[in-house]
Amino acid sequence: MSTDVVDMITVIVDGFEISVPKGTLVIRAAEKLGIQIPRFCDHPLLDPVGACRQCLVDIEINGRAFPKPQASCTIPVEPGMIVKTQLTSPVAEKAQKGVMELLLINHPLDCPVCDKGGECPLQNQAMSTGRTESRFEGTKRTFEKPINISSQVLLDRERCVLCARCTRFSDQIAGDPFITLNERGALQQVGIYEKQPFESYFSGNVVQICPVGALTGASYRFHARPFDLVSTPSACEHCAAGCSMRTDVRRGKTLRRLAGDDTDVNEEWNCDKGRWAFKYVTAADRITQPMVRDASGELQVASWPEALAAAAAGLQDKRAAVLVGGRVTLEDAYGYSKFARVALGTNDIDFRSRITSDEERDFLASTVVDSAPSYRDIDRADSILLVGFEPEEESPIVFLRINRQVRKRSLKVTTIGTKLSIGAEKLKANFVCVAPGTEAQAVAAQELTDKSIILVGERASESAGTLSAVVALAQKSGAKLAWIPRRAGERGALNAGAIGNLLPGGRPVTDAAARVDVAAAWGVDSLPAAVGRSSSEIFAAVNTGTLDALVIGGIDPVDADKSHEAISAIKKAFVVSLEIRESAVTKLADVVLPVAAITEKSGTFVNWEGRGRNFEAAVVESLNRSDVRILTMISEKLGRSIALPTVSSAAKEFASLGKWDGAVSAFVPVAPANAPTLGATDALLTSWRRLLDAGSLQDGEENLAGTARQTVIVISPSRAQSIGVVTGDAVRVSNSHGAIVLPVLVEAGAIHDDAVWMPRNSRGSHILATLAVANGAVVTVVKD
Amino acid sequence: MTALTPVLSAHWDEEDSFTMAGYKRHGGYKAAAKALKMEPDAVIQLVKDSGLRGRGGAGFPTGMKWGFIPQGDNKDHYLVVNADESEPGTCKDMPLLLANPHVLVEGIIIASYAIRAKYAFIYIRGEVAHVARRLQQAIEDAYAAGYLGKNVFKSGQDLELVLHVGAGAYICGEETALLDSLEGYRGQPRLRPPFPAIAGLYARPTVVNNVESISSVPAIIANGPEWFSAMGTEKSKGMTLYSLSGHVANPGQFEAPLGITLREILELAGGVREGHQLKFWTPGGSSTPIFTADQLDTPLDYEGVAAAGSMLGTKALQIFDETTCVVRAVLRWTEFYKHESCGKCTPCREGTWWLVQILRDLENGKGTAADLDKLLDLCENILGRSFCALGDGATSSISSSIKHFRDEYIAHVTNAGCPFDSHASTLFASAKAGA
Amino acid sequence: MAYSEQELSVMDSIIARYPRSRSAIMPLLHYVQSLAGFVTNEGIEEISAKLSITTAEVSAVATFYTQYKRKPMGEYHVGVCTNTLCAIMGGDEILEGLKEHLGLENDGVTADGKVSLEHLECNAACDYAPVVMANWEFYDNQTVQSAKDLVDSMRAGKPIPPTRGPNVLPTWKENSAVLAGLNDGHANEGVQAGAPSLLGLRLSKKGSKK
Repeated sequence: MSTDVVDMITVIVDGFEISVPKGTLVIRAAEKLGIQIPRFCDHPLLDPVGACRQCLVDIEINGRAFPKPQASCTIPVEPGMIVKTQLTSPVAEKAQKGVMELLLINHPLDCPVCDKGGECPLQNQAMSTGRTESRFEGTKRTFEKPINISSQVLLDRERCVLCARCTRFSDQIAGDPFITLNERGALQQVGIYEKQPFESYFSGNVVQICPVGALTGASYRFHARPFDLVSTPSACEHCAAGCSMRTDVRRGKTLRRLAGDDTDVNEEWNCDKGRWAFKYVTAADRITQPMVRDASGELQVASWPEALAAAAAGLQDKRAAVLVGGRVTLEDAYGYSKFARVALGTNDIDFRSRITSDEERDFLASTVVDSAPSYRDIDRADSILLVGFEPEEESPIVFLRINRQVRKRSLKVTTIGTKLSIGAEKLKANFVCVAPGTEAQAVAAQELTDKSIILVGERASESAGTLSAVVALAQKSGAKLAWIPRRAGERGALNAGAIGNLLPGGRPVTDAAARVDVAAAWGVDSLPAAVGRSSSEIFAAVNTGTLDALVIGGIDPVDADKSHEAISAIKKAFVVSLEIRESAVTKLADVVLPVAAITEKSGTFVNWEGRGRNFEAAVVESLNRSDVRILTMISEKLGRSIALPTVSSAAKEFASLGKWDGAVSAFVPVAPANAPTLGATDALLTSWRRLLDAGSLQDGEENLAGTARQTVIVISPSRAQSIGVVTGDAVRVSNSHGAIVLPVLVEAGAIHDDAVWMPRNSRGSHILATLAVANGAVVTVVKD
Repeated sequence: MTALTPVLSAHWDEEDSFTMAGYKRHGGYKAAAKALKMEPDAVIQLVKDSGLRGRGGAGFPTGMKWGFIPQGDNKDHYLVVNADESEPGTCKDMPLLLANPHVLVEGIIIASYAIRAKYAFIYIRGEVAHVARRLQQAIEDAYAAGYLGKNVFKSGQDLELVLHVGAGAYICGEETALLDSLEGYRGQPRLRPPFPAIAGLYARPTVVNNVESISSVPAIIANGPEWFSAMGTEKSKGMTLYSLSGHVANPGQFEAPLGITLREILELAGGVREGHQLKFWTPGGSSTPIFTADQLDTPLDYEGVAAAGSMLGTKALQIFDETTCVVRAVLRWTEFYKHESCGKCTPCREGTWWLVQILRDLENGKGTAADLDKLLDLCENILGRSFCALGDGATSSISSSIKHFRDEYIAHVTNAGCPFDSHASTLFASAKAGA
Repeated sequence: MAYSEQELSVMDSIIARYPRSRSAIMPLLHYVQSLAGFVTNEGIEEISAKLSITTAEVSAVATFYTQYKRKPMGEYHVGVCTNTLCAIMGGDEILEGLKEHLGLENDGVTADGKVSLEHLECNAACDYAPVVMANWEFYDNQTVQSAKDLVDSMRAGKPIPPTRGPNVLPTWKENSAVLAGLNDGHANEGVQAGAPSLLGLRLSKKGSKK
């Protein structure tokens, strides 16, 4: 970390001296003294605008007074500055009262039915700065109320104070200027273009930063009063960005989630999925009681002792493996990791319930588990290289962080990808267009410096040799390297050793000293020494009869490479499923054990930086049974206890193990695969998941789904010409497993002639389920 | 008696005054050729020496403004001419451009050379098609003559000049709003600092000057700074266009040295319309506090008008006689500010909305005496609290009219309506009376 | 209806005037208005595509300026100045007279599509008050009767020419193209100045002769 030298400037506010860094705005210097100057348009993360004029104060510099009060949100401190706020200057006080009166003349008196009532900056500041009785006897400005500016955001223009926080956010932060100030003067109003709704992945932030009740969320509108809610700090389970969150609960039910403040991570923002996708927790198919499959093959509700006994009986002395979903907490992942080794005696455990490779496994062990890249590295980078990673879709806060630097200092972004994305265009990225499978060559051709950073996504593992090329590029250039998985639990699961080649703390299973370390801590004689199987190898081993049983914690078999093989393995094996909702696994499992969902439990997610994101249970009157506790109970039945009865005991034990300080296994590069030969209608399939798609954690959120991007097949103009289609025509993509028909989007310069792109798991495009492949496979593309 | 000094308007009475031939007949473009042989800094110095001050209203010294542009900064510089003449009462730049667009083009060539700008823009209000036409033609003719484009006057310098036509927004006369508008945004004023001289158009050093200011430059170059500074008063040098309108026998343009009085101009113009007396007038457009007959001898220069409690502004002398209801006049101006408020800041946006409602009630006899105090208090809450001067301007006529004509406001209350016959104020009424 | 190749190339030439393309938004809006008579959705979408900005950003600009219309105007758009000075000098009576004569409210258009009516703010011709504008050409020193005659002449298809402007009053669409910066070749028509503009000069010359 470089040390930034900061010039400090001393000013006097209301008679108190304060030193603040050069560039600090007067309004924030005052805040540091605990002097609250009322404000609406001011927001520390948006460019100052000075529009609302609520924060007027008297200022003099070196004895020279400004002739009129100044907006303290636009003026940086200067040496010799004396500031008098409403507390000490009658002029400032009158100015503020005058502005407040003007803000209220056209504001409706509908606080009793307004979502914001009770947590409204206008309401609060009207109390502190307003008059007791209005002098306005005229006609208030009226508008139709409210209007939808998207399926999830409603706008009430009568309540709007035109602070332009929302429009500045959408332009400056999200890069989605779909809402703007329209018209002029007293008729000025926030609005959209009539044919283009505010479909931004970040739209919920405008609801949160609106200082009045002008912008409300469709899903929360009229549902609660702020003072009836109990708020709990939380962390987001939807991706590996690591957003700090706040969960608001009333009578045991989560009513809303908000972005929490964390300067180092999400600042004050989050994405709409993180904000508005939580109904899955209370979905109708939520599992609340243990179930055991009876002799007739039907799942029957069982008591806990009964179910635990059945689980233990099915696992006892079996060749068993553990599959962990991507949304486990660190503590739960540690539980699975220990359970595999201690209770089942195996290294056959993998948290990567998705398309993987041994190259990735080795990359994670050699390069990632001990690394600690950070958001600050993005702030300081001289350039950013994205490989197999679409930040806006796969880690939205990373996108915002890059976007801020692009806007602030034209940060150079290069993306090596199979299709140009909307996000990459917004980042003005240099798009290196490759055919699926040829990423490695493009990576090798990049020039970086030791101030650059490479952000590589989990999809890099889908193309052989890509991670090897990334490692080589980082070594050659000295650039920082960060692996950014899509799911919230993956980095924690890696650290916890929920993978075949690592024990907790990054200890290689092949290292005898490492095994001794861990065995001693766990109080067992020895630990298995062979590198365990990957998730796809585990399914294959069940199908070939070399494994008998599976403990599965929250995976979707459709995410796996060759999902048909995964499903047949789950059918065949004895399966203990730890789940929150009915799934493809619970339908086939022998024992189903209900576990707590995010809002019901405590724990830690480890984000892509390796930063722990602790959270407490928000809903207390709930199941509150984290996976680790259930695993402990099964292990006790098995007679090989992992002794982690609580989340905190797991956290404590994991922390006490500490990080491995021995040798790290060397990374062995892998060569790219040979490109397949393509016939006239053949193409290489490529895809990624969109932020808003058919993911099961978004189930039931219709308002959210309304802003998802259009589901289309994307091909190049030359392919369009060869198969005789234009944008909008129906195109059929098929292989031996199935076919998908969708409208086509023909985009010049956005995709390789050899490729065809579709969203991986959107409505109408479930390509893993339908085609059983996702990336690099040959498919047939024809006009439908 | 101050003598008129037609310089800008000297040849407007020639039918082809607006053509290249008409302009060149009287030495047109010779000043540019001369200036481009000087050092750019010498041109700036010469304009500084002349004492020329901005004719758009604020009166900032033009040469000093040019001197603020950082030199040797390897950045593009821009000259933007503010031809968005929209202040009520102001009507000098449009006739100037209609009659002689080339003088502005020549001034632009000189100013661009001085500040090292290779791109210049004229931002003209959109409601004057024929003026835009004349300017467009003049620019094209100047390109054809080699005065614009590559290697202007074979000086090795390039200069592109673009006419940018507005679309109806008074606020775009505010220089930073004008720049936002020219960049393709809503014309709302920007925060200052940074000032345009440092970060103006496209965040590059930019000079924004009024039409009349830039049009005055060729004559200054041609005749020398002493010639210019010999006219006018101590701190307000040179000649300028005074625009007389309203209830006068002969309205029109009067080019005179700064410091002439309204009494002198009225005398030249034949006085207030026959049979009537001066009631109130604006020295520089609707944003400047109104005067009465008491200020007839106020020198109309920057200092003189300020000392008398108003502003020289655009020298838009709007004359109203005793038939005029001051409440009606002020209401109409206030409606204008409400219509033209850009909406950015609360005091101006909401304040003008409210002011109009109170004034409308007063004019219609629904007001109360207490409304006057409310109006004045509101003006206090808008003046100096708004983002830009538009909000300030909105209060000028209200505060000053209540000061001069409080009784007339009260008469509206006691009379439960306007005591004036609005028809008596019209030109048609006076025509009838005259007939 | 899509824009023709020729129209698209005019748009490109407008964009080419500026160092940065977004600056072309205002002339482009004038230009699309010259094609359809008002700013259509099609125009907003084309400008958005040409300038690589969102449609919301284009409509934010289009709705800020009063000269951009979002519905069809008359072939002759008549504006009566009712700012203080013109209003008092007779503008109010002219506007009322025209409303009554045409049977229109403010912003209305006659059924034959010939004339639309709007009250205007100051037109920088106060020494010619009361002022009426038609398609943004000057009609100076108007009376209620002269204004009625003017709109009648428009409805008859032979509009009275402007006081200070081209020999023939161009249509709304034609003049929108002028505002887009397209030279229609009429710059040399009409007077160089009206009498009030020359008043000071004449008095000065008279004075110096004395």
